[in-house]
Amino acid sequence: MRKAASWAILLLGMAYFILPLIGMVEFSLSMKRGEYSFEAYRVVLADPRFRETFMYSVVMALLTIAFGVFLVVPTAFWVRLKMPWIRPYIEFVTLLPLVIPAIVIVFGYIRLYNTSSWLPLTGSLTGTNALLLFGYMTLSLPYMYRAIDTGLRTIDVATLTEAAQSLGAGWVTILAKVILPNVLVAVLSGAFVTFAIVMGEFTLAALLNRPAFGPYLQLMGANRAYEPFALSTIAFVITWACMGLLNLVTRFSKFDKAPR
Amino acid sequence: MSFLNISHLEKSFGPTRVVKDFNLSVEKGEFISLLGPSGCGKTTVLRMVAGFEEPSSGAILISGKDVVKLRPNQRNIGMVFQSYALFPNLTVAQNVGFGLKVKGAGSAEIRTRVGEMLELIGLPDLGGRYPFQLSGGQQQRVALARALAPKPHMLLLDEPLSALDAKVRVSLRNEIRSIQKELGITTIFVTHDQEEALSMSDRIVVMHAGIAEQVGTPSDIYSRPATRFVAGFVGTLNTIEAEVLDSAIGRLRLAGVETILNRPVPDGTVTLGLRPEAVSLGQNGHDTAVTGTITEVDFLGSVIRLRADLGGQTIAFDTFNTPGTAPPTLGEKVVLGLRSADLLVIED
Ligand SMILES: Nc1ncnc2c1ncn2[C@@H]1O[C@H](COP(=O)(O)OP(=O)(O)OP(=O)(O)O)[C@@H](O)[C@H]1O
Ligand SMILES: [Mg+2]
Repeated sequence: MRKAASWAILLLGMAYFILPLIGMVEFSLSMKRGEYSFEAYRVVLADPRFRETFMYSVVMALLTIAFGVFLVVPTAFWVRLKMPWIRPYIEFVTLLPLVIPAIVIVFGYIRLYNTSSWLPLTGSLTGTNALLLFGYMTLSLPYMYRAIDTGLRTIDVATLTEAAQSLGAGWVTILAKVILPNVLVAVLSGAFVTFAIVMGEFTLAALLNRPAFGPYLQLMGANRAYEPFALSTIAFVITWACMGLLNLVTRFSKFDKAPR
Repeated sequence: MSFLNISHLEKSFGPTRVVKDFNLSVEKGEFISLLGPSGCGKTTVLRMVAGFEEPSSGAILISGKDVVKLRPNQRNIGMVFQSYALFPNLTVAQNVGFGLKVKGAGSAEIRTRVGEMLELIGLPDLGGRYPFQLSGGQQQRVALARALAPKPHMLLLDEPLSALDAKVRVSLRNEIRSIQKELGITTIFVTHDQEEALSMSDRIVVMHAGIAEQVGTPSDIYSRPATRFVAGFVGTLNTIEAEVLDSAIGRLRLAGVETILNRPVPDGTVTLGLRPEAVSLGQNGHDTAVTGTITEVDFLGSVIRLRADLGGQTIAFDTFNTPGTAPPTLGEKVVLGLRSADLLVIED
C-alpha cells in the first residue's frame, strides 16, 4: 500500500517535470505540418544572429568563470586562512546578489559609469563588455563563493599551506599547486552554474545593449512560433550536458575519495 | 657558536604570554625533544622556529644568522605535522618531490632523490599511490621523506606519532631516530610522551607553562630533575617529607630512621624524591632501611608495583615477578632498602 503510494507520488512528480519537456520538444519538432522534422532547428542554426549571440554568451560565460575563479579562490582561501572572523560578513556580501535584483545593479552601473562620469565605461564597447562581465561575476558570486568555500572546508587549508611553505613554496605556488587542485570539483560545480546563469541572463545584457543569447531568446520568443522552442530545447540540452560533465568530473577525479 | 640559538624568546597571544624567556642552544646534528604537558607552549616554540608564528620578542639564530624576519619558505626547514598533511591530490612520489620541484630542480634529479628518499623510509614501491591509499604510519613516513627531500638545514616534528597506534608508534620512533642519525640532521621533536622523549633524544627540554624548566640529557632529566615539576612530570616519583637534623651534612630523619646525604640541605623539613626502582624489597646492602606495611599490590606482568605505608607517608616501588617466590601480600610488614645517594632534594 505504502509502496503504491510512493510510486504514485514519484510518477506524479515525474509527470510534472517531464510532460512540459515532452510538449516543448514535440512542438519544436512540428514546424512542418503533418510530420516531425528538425526544420525549426535548421532555421535557428542557420540564423547568423543565433551563432553570434550564442558565441558571445559562451565567451562571456568562460570569461566570467575565469575571472570569478581568479577572484574567489584566493579570497576564500585567504579568509579561511588569515581572517576567519570576517567569513560571516563575506558570506553576507556574496549573498547580496540574490536579494538585489539585476535591474538595480545595472541601473547603478549605468548611473556610475555613464559617459559623463569619472569612469565612462559605457562610452566604449570594451568598457561595456567589461561592465557586463563584472555584472555576471556579481550574479554568479553566491554560487561560486559557496561552492569554493565548501570545497575548502573539506581540506585542512592551514596545515597544507604550512606544509607547502616549509617546502619553499610561495603564495602563487600554494594556490596553483595545492589549493586549486584540491577544490577543483567545487570550482567546476560553481563554474557550471555560472555558465548556465550567463547563457540565460537577460536583464544586464539587454539594458547594457549587448548582443547576448538571453535577449536573442526573448526576441525570438516574442516574434516566432516554433523557433523559441527549438532554442529552449538547445538551452536545456546544454544545461544537462553541464550537469553530466560535472557528475563525470566528480566521479573520475582520482584522489577525491574519502580517506580510509 | 651553536647551530641554533634561541635567546629570550617570548610569545604572547593578546594578553596571555604563552612562551616566556625561552633559551636554547642546539648543536649541529643534535636531536632535541621539547617535552611538556598540553598547552605549555611546545608547538608555539616550534612554529616560531619554522616561521609560522612571529615572536613577540627575542632572537632565533641559525648558523649565527637571525631568521626572525625570514618567511617560512625562505628558511629551508623541514617540518612534519601530527596530521601528516600530505597533499591529497599528489602521489607519494609527487609529494616527496614537491620541495625539489618548487626549488626548480630538474626532473631527472627529482626522480633520483625521490627514489633515494622512498628507499630510506622503506617504501620503495609505493611512489605511485595516493595518500588516501596508505596507512597512517606509511603516510607519516612519506611526510618525513617529503620534509627531508630538499635537504633542509633542520627538521622540526610536532607530535608526529600521536595519531598512530602504540605498536607503529614505537617502531616509527626508532626509525625516525636512525634516519636522523644517518643523515646527521639537527632535529627538534615535540612530544608530550616522556617515554618517546627519553628514548629518542640527545637532550630534552622540559617545558611548563611557557618556561623551559630544565634542559639536559635523558639521564640528567630522569635522575637529577632540577625542579619539582620536572621531577613529577618525568617518570614516577615518590615524595617523602623528612626532618632535617643537621643541615650542613644533610643528616635527616625520614620515616623514623636516620640517614645522611653528605651534602648540605636547607633547614627545617625537606621534600625528598625517590624513584620506585631505587627502592628494594629487603635491605639488600642498601645504606638505609625503613619498615612499612604493604597497602597495594598491582600485578603488571613481569613486574609488580607495590605501595607501602611508612607511618603516614606512602611510597611506590617495584619488584620483579620472580617465579617460585610469592609477592608480598596486603598488610604484610616489610623492610625496604634505599640508598641515601638516590634521594633527591626537591626545591620548590
Ligand atoms: N593562535 C593562537 N591564539 C591564541 N592562543 C593560542 C594560539 N596558539 C596557541 N595558543 C595558546 O598558547 C598556549 C600554548 O599552545 P601550544 O599549542 O604551543 O601548546 P602545546 O604545548 O603545543 O600543547 P599540545 O601538547 O596540546 O599541542 C595554549 O594555551 C594555547 O591556547
Ligand atoms: Mg602542540
